[in-house]
Amino acid sequence: MSAPILSAEDVHVEFEARRGGGRARAVDGVNLDIAPGEIVALVGESGCGKTTLARTLLGLERPTSGRVLHRGTPLAYSSKALKRFRRDVQLVLQDPSGSLNPRHTVYDAVAEGLRIHGDVPNERERVADALSRAGLRPPERFFLRFPHELSGGQRQRVVIAGALVLEPNVIVADEPVASLDASVRGEILALLLRLRDELGLAALVVTHDLGLAWNIADRVAVMYLGRIVETGPVEKILTAPEHPYTQALLSVLPDAPGSPVVLQGEPPDPTRIPPGCRFHLRCPVLASGAAAAAGVDGACRGEDPGVLAGGTAVQAACHYARTVSSSADPAAVVRP
Amino acid sequence: MSLLEVDDLTVTYRTAGGDVPAVRGVSFALEAGQKLGLAGESGCGKSTMALALLRLLPRTARYTGEIRFDGEDILTMSWGRLRAVRWAGASIVFQGAMHSLNAVQRIGAQIAEPIRLHSKATEAEIRRRTGELLEHVGLPARRADAYPHELSGGQRQRVMIAMALACDPKLIVADEPTTALDVMIQAQILTLIESLVAEQGISLLMISHDLSVLADTCDRLAVMYAGRIVEEGPAAAVFGDARHPYGRALAAAFPRIGDPASRRRPQGLAGDPPDPADLPSGCTFHPRCPARLDHCDKLDPRLWPAGDDARAACVHVLPDKGLSLVAKESA
Amino acid sequence: MNGLVWARRRRTAARFWSQFRQNKAGVFGLVVLALFVLTALLAPVITPDNALSVTRPPGSPLDGPSADFPLGTDRSGRSMVDMIIWGSRVSLTVGFWATFISIAFGTLFGILAGHFGGWGSSLLMRVTDWFLVMPSLVLGVALAAVLGRSLTTIIVAIGVTSWPTTARLVRAQTLAVEARPYIERARALGGGHLHVMTNHVLPNVMPIVLAQTTLMVGSAILTESTFAFLGLGDPTTASWGATIQAARDVGAVSSRMWWYILPPGIAIVLVVLAFTLVGRAIEGVLNPKLRERR
Repeated sequence: MSAPILSAEDVHVEFEARRGGGRARAVDGVNLDIAPGEIVALVGESGCGKTTLARTLLGLERPTSGRVLHRGTPLAYSSKALKRFRRDVQLVLQDPSGSLNPRHTVYDAVAEGLRIHGDVPNERERVADALSRAGLRPPERFFLRFPHELSGGQRQRVVIAGALVLEPNVIVADEPVASLDASVRGEILALLLRLRDELGLAALVVTHDLGLAWNIADRVAVMYLGRIVETGPVEKILTAPEHPYTQALLSVLPDAPGSPVVLQGEPPDPTRIPPGCRFHLRCPVLASGAAAAAGVDGACRGEDPGVLAGGTAVQAACHYARTVSSSADPAAVVRP
Repeated sequence: MSLLEVDDLTVTYRTAGGDVPAVRGVSFALEAGQKLGLAGESGCGKSTMALALLRLLPRTARYTGEIRFDGEDILTMSWGRLRAVRWAGASIVFQGAMHSLNAVQRIGAQIAEPIRLHSKATEAEIRRRTGELLEHVGLPARRADAYPHELSGGQRQRVMIAMALACDPKLIVADEPTTALDVMIQAQILTLIESLVAEQGISLLMISHDLSVLADTCDRLAVMYAGRIVEEGPAAAVFGDARHPYGRALAAAFPRIGDPASRRRPQGLAGDPPDPADLPSGCTFHPRCPARLDHCDKLDPRLWPAGDDARAACVHVLPDKGLSLVAKESA
Repeated sequence: MNGLVWARRRRTAARFWSQFRQNKAGVFGLVVLALFVLTALLAPVITPDNALSVTRPPGSPLDGPSADFPLGTDRSGRSMVDMIIWGSRVSLTVGFWATFISIAFGTLFGILAGHFGGWGSSLLMRVTDWFLVMPSLVLGVALAAVLGRSLTTIIVAIGVTSWPTTARLVRAQTLAVEARPYIERARALGGGHLHVMTNHVLPNVMPIVLAQTTLMVGSAILTESTFAFLGLGDPTTASWGATIQAARDVGAVSSRMWWYILPPGIAIVLVVLAFTLVGRAIEGVLNPKLRERR
């Protein structure tokens, strides 16, 4: 793998919980690398910390400990350094209606980035170019439209054009298609894929939708309660997952083979992360006694399986998977 | 006799800019104990249809056609009778449970409201019944004292289902019951709905934009586009082998994981769903259709038998691709 | 690029006007307002040089309406018509300046407090609480005692007591705008505080400010008249409020000199009404929810 363009290095993000609930460990130790031209899907349920991690990678949130590396250099949080960083790493939000100012025209929305960075020359050509790359052709027809005159798919294309106009190398997209119609969804995903092929654009796509990862991602990282619990190439993780949480997520998809493993209850609260493996209270493998048969049930309840390393290797933070499968590399665990 | 029969239903909204047709001639039947899935995108008229079934639309809506529930026409029945049907006959579970619950009332009181209004049960009986309903949907009975904001999204949706079950309905209409919920919570809610429907023999009309979810839960599927049903048939047939190009596109929109055909190949349709106030000529789908023929902008096909127990509204299932019909019309 | 920007602005303005035009009351207010502004601007041209002179008045004191003086004369023998014309200058000046102070301060502090939050925001809210409970009349009396009786005193008194209302309104709107995802997007694009405040918050706050402005001018004019009537105004200027006060002093009510009291009173009502109608109409155009309800 070539040198990563954006990395998280043992990132922790904590918040003061409301109503005196102590500190919420939204992100609780994450290593994640994004290589140039790579599409990584960060998958998890709401409240697992995936959006906080994405915001931290964008420099919108400061890690409590650990660091974010941009091309190998730790991210500086001075406003000047951040401004430079943001030319390279751009954001696409879930709700395209909300992420466009209703009083700005399409032209203004796309040109905003250029104006912030003082890139005045060729503004018109560059806006037109970004719009047509995002699939809004001919671009001139859209210049003076207001967001409310566009469809949901067109709005999301405008948001993507606004990110492209600065010629970034990485896009962080938070649920980019969750609020779009089913038939439009595929078109926007195809656009992200095409931008990667044409411009070498890397992307971190934050989503709860495993189908999206299958559609476009190269690598997937599954997050549970503030940590990445399984990561590796999409083909491997989504077809032969080793972590019981990933297995359960896949099993409940509507047309998944086999019987669904529906986990009961809600994901636990990030202010009270269970000891041992954070998943053990809901783990079907532990509940079924398979973990006890393999002799790891004690570890499940009392021993943290550790933080997974960055990079592209296949890893699962699961005592049971490590015992029964030889494919899991024990060296992958950097901190027990 | 079917439990619910909809016959050539149209719903038109009167607006300042003219009449906007939202539902343009929909017919279907739902048998007792059957589960029908209605798929379509925003603006296709599926939610309007759900509300029309209980005459819940705003005053600007005009109906024609017939909706027979248990043999009685909903559109012409008296207000008193309609109220009875709304409470005891059919219930609606809406999407977005947060907005459908009263934020300042305990959930127990909200579940008990219809029971209190429509039966002469004592307070103790009502309390017992509320507890039963909560346990039925997988919540502890003591949660009756909680306020909506103390519950998670999935728990609130369970409360909505408990409310729908309160008066032992014969039909539940679920409008996007799992949209905005996580996969695991979605699976919990769907399993719950399925088991309740099976246990109590309730009929289910489930509305969603996600064809794969519907195919997994329902017996039959209907696909709506621009105010009409364009494809209808057994769930497996519609999801696995749709005959209408739009049905095929919807089925492909959510990929099957592990299927090499969809790996790095997201499937979508160019263009946007049409504006109901300004529908394309001929087949309303023709501007976006990947299998369009020359005469598709002239012929507006109705549902036609397409395979086993299935129907589709597409020239490709008509004899000689509908060419003779076009010739007849232009003659 | 300039052409594009202008085309868009023209389009927006045209759409605004076509919607404004549909509000009959708003158009009426605009016409009345235009007449008053025109009259105020042309006052030196359309009235004789000695119109306001007390030493060389054009007529004899307290005459009823006649051919020469359609609305009679005041106690110094000046034409009431000319008094009304010159009074419009004072009223409009006070209205505009007081409103300007109020809007400028209110918008500035409102946006800053809403954007940065924290202790600055809390401090502003306490200050506005303080001003909200303080009657402007009392402050006016106090200021007049310190600064002397002048138009400036009145303007400052009105401006200082009314900006906190604007600030609260603007702060609330700023908070609502800042919660929108496009603010997050602007920050992710690299936009700083100034960019967010001027490019996103201000355009979204302006409509409210605009509607507030027009409503406020009316109330400022009313307050000025009250001050003048209470004798807190500049004794050398002929404002409408001062004219009514003079009328009361000579006992115009008991001597049935209606021409001395009614015209300035009606002028005040008309201007305030005009501003209110225009303000409501603008509010209606900019806030679609109000429009539907009408």
